[in-house]
Amino acid sequence: MAKMDSIRVKPKDTKGTLRRVLSYIGQYRYVIALVLFLCLISNAFALLGPSLAGNAINEAAAGKGKVNFSNVYYYAGRMLLCYLVSSLLTIAIDIIMVRVSKGIAHKMRKDVFEKLMRLPVGFFDRNQAGDIISRVSYDIDVISTCLATDVVQIMTSFVTVMGAFIMMVSISPILALTVLVTIPLSVVYTTKMRKITQPLFSKRSKNYGKMNGFAEEMLSGQKTILAYAYEERMQKRFKGINREVADSFNEAEYYGCTMGPSVNAINNLSLCLIAMFGSILYMKDVIVLGQISAFVLYSRKFSGPINEIANILNELYSALSAAERVFNLLDEEEELADREAATELTDVNGNVELSHVYFGYEEGKTIIHDLSLKADAGKLIAIVGPTGAGKTTIINLLMRFYDVNAGAVLVDEGDIRDYTRRSLRSAYAMVLQDTWVFKGTIFENIAYGKEDATMEEVVEAAKAASIHSFIMRLPKGYDTVITEDGGNISKGQKQLLTIARAMLYDAKMLILDEATSNVDTKTERKIQKAMRELMKDKTCFVIAHRLSTIENADAILVLNHGDVVEQGTHEELMEKKKFYYNLYASQFE
Amino acid sequence: MRFIFSYLKKYIKVMTIGLGIKLLASIGELLIPYVLEHIIDEVVPTKMVWMSLLWGGVMIGLAILVRQFNIAANRRAVKVAAESSFEIRNDLFEKSLNLSGNQVDEIGLPSLTSRLTSDSYNIQNFIRAMQTMGVRAPMLLFGGIFVTLVMEWRLALILCILAPIMIAIMVCISLKGIPFYDMVQNSLDEIVRIMRENITGIRVVKALSKEDYERGRYGKANDDMEKKDAYAGTVMSLPVPLVTLLLNVGLTVVVVVGAYLVNSGVTKPGVILAFLTYFNMMLMGVMGLSRIFVMMSKANASAIRIEHVVKLQDELVPIPTYEESTDGDEAYIRFDHVTFKYGKDDPLAGHTRQNCLTDIDFQIPKGHSLGIIGATGAGKTTIINLLMRFYDTTEGEIYIAGKNVKSYEKKALHQMFGVVFQNDAIFADTLKENIAFGRDVEEEQILKAVEEARAKEFIENYDDGLMHEAVIHGANLSGGQKQRILIARALAANPDILILDDSSSALDYKTDSMLRKAIRKNHNTTTTIVVAQRISSIMTLDDILVLDDGVMIGHGTHEELMENCSVYQDIYKTQMGGA
Repeated sequence: MAKMDSIRVKPKDTKGTLRRVLSYIGQYRYVIALVLFLCLISNAFALLGPSLAGNAINEAAAGKGKVNFSNVYYYAGRMLLCYLVSSLLTIAIDIIMVRVSKGIAHKMRKDVFEKLMRLPVGFFDRNQAGDIISRVSYDIDVISTCLATDVVQIMTSFVTVMGAFIMMVSISPILALTVLVTIPLSVVYTTKMRKITQPLFSKRSKNYGKMNGFAEEMLSGQKTILAYAYEERMQKRFKGINREVADSFNEAEYYGCTMGPSVNAINNLSLCLIAMFGSILYMKDVIVLGQISAFVLYSRKFSGPINEIANILNELYSALSAAERVFNLLDEEEELADREAATELTDVNGNVELSHVYFGYEEGKTIIHDLSLKADAGKLIAIVGPTGAGKTTIINLLMRFYDVNAGAVLVDEGDIRDYTRRSLRSAYAMVLQDTWVFKGTIFENIAYGKEDATMEEVVEAAKAASIHSFIMRLPKGYDTVITEDGGNISKGQKQLLTIARAMLYDAKMLILDEATSNVDTKTERKIQKAMRELMKDKTCFVIAHRLSTIENADAILVLNHGDVVEQGTHEELMEKKKFYYNLYASQFE
Repeated sequence: MRFIFSYLKKYIKVMTIGLGIKLLASIGELLIPYVLEHIIDEVVPTKMVWMSLLWGGVMIGLAILVRQFNIAANRRAVKVAAESSFEIRNDLFEKSLNLSGNQVDEIGLPSLTSRLTSDSYNIQNFIRAMQTMGVRAPMLLFGGIFVTLVMEWRLALILCILAPIMIAIMVCISLKGIPFYDMVQNSLDEIVRIMRENITGIRVVKALSKEDYERGRYGKANDDMEKKDAYAGTVMSLPVPLVTLLLNVGLTVVVVVGAYLVNSGVTKPGVILAFLTYFNMMLMGVMGLSRIFVMMSKANASAIRIEHVVKLQDELVPIPTYEESTDGDEAYIRFDHVTFKYGKDDPLAGHTRQNCLTDIDFQIPKGHSLGIIGATGAGKTTIINLLMRFYDTTEGEIYIAGKNVKSYEKKALHQMFGVVFQNDAIFADTLKENIAFGRDVEEEQILKAVEEARAKEFIENYDDGLMHEAVIHGANLSGGQKQRILIARALAANPDILILDDSSSALDYKTDSMLRKAIRKNHNTTTTIVVAQRISSIMTLDDILVLDDGVMIGHGTHEELMENCSVYQDIYKTQMGGA
């Protein structure tokens, strides 16, 4: 699909982007200089070939019995040598450029990932994973392909055209006049065709994109479409889009497919002109046969590169706009650096306090107003509210994924902005609703939070999380590899795994999202037990869904539309008979 | 391949004409150097300038004719490629929409989508190239050999030896490159996987300060990718310079041998010159052939993937023998000892599939409501899938209004339903169309459904109200908003049967209970099935089914189940407190 999309999209800031691409090439500058030099030599040798061939033919043209073979061999030998050197150099250049371009791609991929690691969490909330990934999977590939081939191509085309022209003029200035017909012709023709086909090709790729999107959407909703007997209409709509695709392909290619034959025709035309005028000059004894031969070979080298250059320009543009997308990502604002005087948060007691906190994700849209809360070591704070009420906001602030706009979050009486992020975050254990596992063994997944965790420690954590016996029943026990997205273990077991991970981590403070997941009652019991185990002796912030948790909480934060609407213990809130009371009562209706 | 050709049958006339034109063009192309030879060897010695001009004119004429012919043939080829792949895509899409659940599971959604897009694109490219490059390349190569044989067979022998070697080099290296590209693709997949893991788990990674560890993991994959990518690139950069070198060696040999032949008077110097030109044509021929070859192997793989889908047997067609009526049956919906397993047993592979549902037996009178509760994988959704006949039962039968579901026309069956699936689809369209969904529903009804689904408030917040555009997959709506639109869709046509499969999970308790009240009040003739995880969503319904591992372990009202079903009691306790 790559080719289809590589229609010219002009980068917004061509110069700036180019400069940055060049800075990537920078570390290879000597290699590139060498390549360009080799390229020059290789093409010069290649250009000598036809001239030598012409000389050899000229010797042969002496006619029957008059050929001077030592001369023929002399020229033929030179010819062979030239072509050999040129081909070997070409191979060397290609290989070097492949290495260089892949090396640059490697560096870019690395930089992108480094960047991701330094970006604030908010970035990932705002951007789709697919979009970020396509910078690495698609854009960087476009750039590296362009570097691998186009840079050399440009050089080759340039050297070939200039060299061939010089050679032709030096062989016969009069015959070189034929070039004055063919070059302008091919330049005018290709630029004209580009103008016509450009919008047609971008329309074509747009239509393709539209069809891909539509197909993907429809197929993922297939059941719904069937259930509502919508398929005929959808087929009709698909047919319409498909028609547009076919038509725009046809339209674009209607002109596009004239390109090859036309370039070829111009090539042939130059051959005709050389034959015509060359033979006349030959008759008049102005030139010899060898010169015509060399001319024929040189003229063949001519119109190809001119057409190539137009193509390459297109590819360069799309590579530049791909580069721009990559650089845009690299320019995203990073998480603020820790304050200079930031200290390590050590020997945590677990006293957390929010003091007159104001916060909003967007400027001017404050969603938390003057929130104050004290959670002494070992207390349980429940956060409740309907979906989308902003329960994760509190967590974002506690872990300093976001900074407060006003007020402060304090841990052990110190503003968390005065601690290093690393030490602050490692003071929390965390179990989120979206249980996150990665492809790796169960051991690795549990030990994730604690480097150099021993097998004993991992087993102990797994036992405390009531998942040890399940793990032992797997064919490879703790060495079982969990596949992508944890498809081979159930949701409940995944949750237990993340609880075990948090157990092993053993922090003084805990953030827990106990959203009821789709698990059977037995597993659900295990999870509850494991969670209670985990909550022991910790300051806990729990996004609560279970009444038992809520009722036992030392304080409940009730959220709605992002804001804290009520605060207090269960009994206090029930007495108020307001939002919390309604929320609580509604589930019994 | 045969699959592709079956779509080309009706274009056979156009293609034959195109082929003829292309052949003529190629012959013309081959003649041009011949004329060149004629001018040098025959015209020049006569010293007649007008003859040179005349033959030069012939050459130019040929060049122009060749261009026109080639363009005419190319345009035909483009048209055929566009039209035939248009049809392939239509057939594939139509088939894809009508696949049974089993078939979709087997192929997988991403694969189905890529068949429709990149596979059909490969085929289109091949159909086109086959008619253009596929004719021209062998013509240039073999025609070139033929003409040179006629011109001077001794020199042509050099070409005859070189051509197969060149083709072998091109094809071998290209074929060798294909698996390398697969390897590159695999390591790219690995990189993408690690990135995706990090993006989705960024909070965990940051909370545990594992950035360095992740850098290491990614770095390894990145290094691996670079190595493989460079290797594949190196291999694939070889054929063109190698073949060019070979050709140039041949050229040198022709010059030397040609000199001998001229010396012995068998041939004329113009012939050598013409040969040089033919060499270039042959180079084009060889490169064209190798490209066609790679394209063909790609298109063939794509055709097999598409054919596989298109040729799938239609499952779930109405079976008239089931037309038996069980009138007087009081039950509106009846499951009669239904057992079901996904997929087919494969006795050869020695495995049998586990039952997904075992002996499910219940009935619902018209206008009543049924709740189904149980853990994930207990088979709740499967019951819905069978009722709507996305799958056929393995044993037992299902009846709606006294008729077996297998005897209904698909459309007639589905029109009775209003349904919200788990993770149901919102399409890129206006909210109004997402609710009406192609049915002739009155504006009034839509507004009523919107109100019942508690979607009115947030829709009114949009300036354009119901005409607000949802983006693809409804990504601009929150989970709760999506569910409310979906419920409105299900209610809008006043369905006979309403099915809500885990469709209130993103709604808060309050909204959920108001929704239930609205349904009870306004749709009292509608038979309702609610699948839920949350006990509060189903405990007020007329009848409740408790499923565990595909088996009914409880059936009755809330009160009855609280008496006699321990699993139900457990669920109640854990969810409603008091544990």
